[in-house]
Amino acid sequence: MISIQSVSHQYPGGKQISFRDWQINDGDQWLLLGASGSGKTTLLHILTGILQPSKGEVLMKDTSIYSLTGRALDQFRGRHIGIIFQRPHLIKSLTIAENLSLAQTFAGLAKDDRRIEEVLTALGIADKIHAYPHALSQGQLQRVSIARAVINKPTLLIADEPTSSLDDHNAMAVLKLLMEQSGANQATLVVATHDKRVKDAFTNTYELI
Amino acid sequence: MSPIRISWKSLWSKPLSSALNIMLIAFGTGILTILILASSQIAGKLDNNSKDIDLVVGAKGSPLQLILSSIYYIDFPTGNIPLKEAKELMRSPFVKRAVPLALGDNYNGSRIVGTDTNFVALYKLNLAEGKFWNNDFETTIGSSVAESQQLKVGDKFYGAHGLSSSSDVHKSHQYTVTGIIAPQGNVADNLILTNVASVWKMHDEHEEHDDAQADQHEHSTAEHTDHDHAKHEGHHHADHKPETDDDKELTSILIQYRSPMSVAIFPRMVNETTNMQSASPAQESTRLFSLIGVGVDTLQWFAILIMLIAAVSVFVNLYNSLKERQYDLAVMRILGASRGKLFVIVIAEGIILTLAGTVVGLALGHFALQLIGSYQESSQAKLTGFLFLNEEIYLFVAGLAIGIFAAIIPAIQAYRSDISRILSKN
Repeated sequence: MISIQSVSHQYPGGKQISFRDWQINDGDQWLLLGASGSGKTTLLHILTGILQPSKGEVLMKDTSIYSLTGRALDQFRGRHIGIIFQRPHLIKSLTIAENLSLAQTFAGLAKDDRRIEEVLTALGIADKIHAYPHALSQGQLQRVSIARAVINKPTLLIADEPTSSLDDHNAMAVLKLLMEQSGANQATLVVATHDKRVKDAFTNTYELI
Repeated sequence: MSPIRISWKSLWSKPLSSALNIMLIAFGTGILTILILASSQIAGKLDNNSKDIDLVVGAKGSPLQLILSSIYYIDFPTGNIPLKEAKELMRSPFVKRAVPLALGDNYNGSRIVGTDTNFVALYKLNLAEGKFWNNDFETTIGSSVAESQQLKVGDKFYGAHGLSSSSDVHKSHQYTVTGIIAPQGNVADNLILTNVASVWKMHDEHEEHDDAQADQHEHSTAEHTDHDHAKHEGHHHADHKPETDDDKELTSILIQYRSPMSVAIFPRMVNETTNMQSASPAQESTRLFSLIGVGVDTLQWFAILIMLIAAVSVFVNLYNSLKERQYDLAVMRILGASRGKLFVIVIAEGIILTLAGTVVGLALGHFALQLIGSYQESSQAKLTGFLFLNEEIYLFVAGLAIGIFAAIIPAIQAYRSDISRILSKN
């Protein structure tokens, strides 16, 4: 179970934003909806553990994540949270397999080649395992970034605007992959977007005004 | 995947700029390596050749020239000294050992040195085969001479007048090789040793020969004795007739002092009371080195400048790539990498670059010196790349320091980067 309690954030300019409490049960699939500038990215960063809120608490697996410091928080994030960005952001100097094993070792887990193969196979890109990112198409890269996010079987899978730059067909395909993968890896899914096209796929919506 | 491996792969993804940085460092390190190796070898050779010689006495002129010609056999002698005065000095109570030298001839560039057994004792020479010279026109040759001139015990050859050219050959007498000296690692390897009388006789005959042919050949070198005497004395053995000392000459004498006290008295005595000059190998070597030293210093600063430029280049390279890679690094943080790991990744890139450059530079320096050595003609000053010195560890440490110095600011930036801000700039 993941919950945020009386969280508010103060921007450097002095503007303050408060978020209503939010409780996410294990295995839920949520849509985080909000126009740009509504604090969507801020909330995602707070949820991810990279932006300490000025007030309030974020609980994940009974851990108040901001009570962790430094390395402990970094490892917790690597171990329990998977993030998919709008763009893939793979490390260009490393192969696909290396990019994935990076996610394993940074999280403090052992390198597991079988798991890497399993995830890539599930996403239909097992043949690219030793390729470098520049040799892959945009769609393939997006799949690799999903593979990287689920490689450690995270508690929480967060996707930040995964569909906004895609056409209808591809947007639906990516959404389907995300839902499949979060289900297959028993992860809670939060998709943050301002893309109304994906609205119907979710029953749970947290809307920022 | 270890941070070092990430750095390594990151460098490989930009081969051109990495190669440029490595080349810059390697160039600077290479020059410094050559300087360190060469100057230590030259200093070592200078010391090795002059280590037991306290003073050289010869004809007036440049003291440096006297040292160069009598100890290193690389310059022309300053002139000759009368045997009579030389003998007086050699018998002086200040002198423990005195080695007479009579120069003036060569065989295909190898100098023929007329001397006595004191030379053998002074340089502690050992024979590889045969025996030391005993009679006139017998020679004992250095190992390099034997090798380069392909001479064996029992071979005969003609000496030529002068120190390097073989145009004016003394056809009247033939030298015989009676022994070959084991390699000594000093000048003795490059010399042909014989007795002083052989050198005198060679020239006596030469003079007579010239006279008989009414040759106008101008002899400016002073080792020739006076014509009239030469004719008169020509067929006598000089060492059998000590009363003819008046007419004989030597090139120089190498002197070992009996006690340290001699240093204060003996050189002044030579310079003030005789028509000869004395020169101290230690002083002249120092003077010579201080002359070369200016060039070495300049090169050294040049190399250090290159290293500094390399450091700046590594810094700029890392700093710029950090801007491109800030997103990569932020993603690594998201994946669970700590700030410390990013710091290590960036600083390791700098260190890998400079250490690779240092290793390449050291290898290049050794290789270049070996190459220089193989093109050197004079084998006595031959340099080798197969020498490894402790000072090279300092170069290694310097490489490491430059890497840290160049990478520390980018590494701190990577450490401090605010990933939330970087990611929201998307």
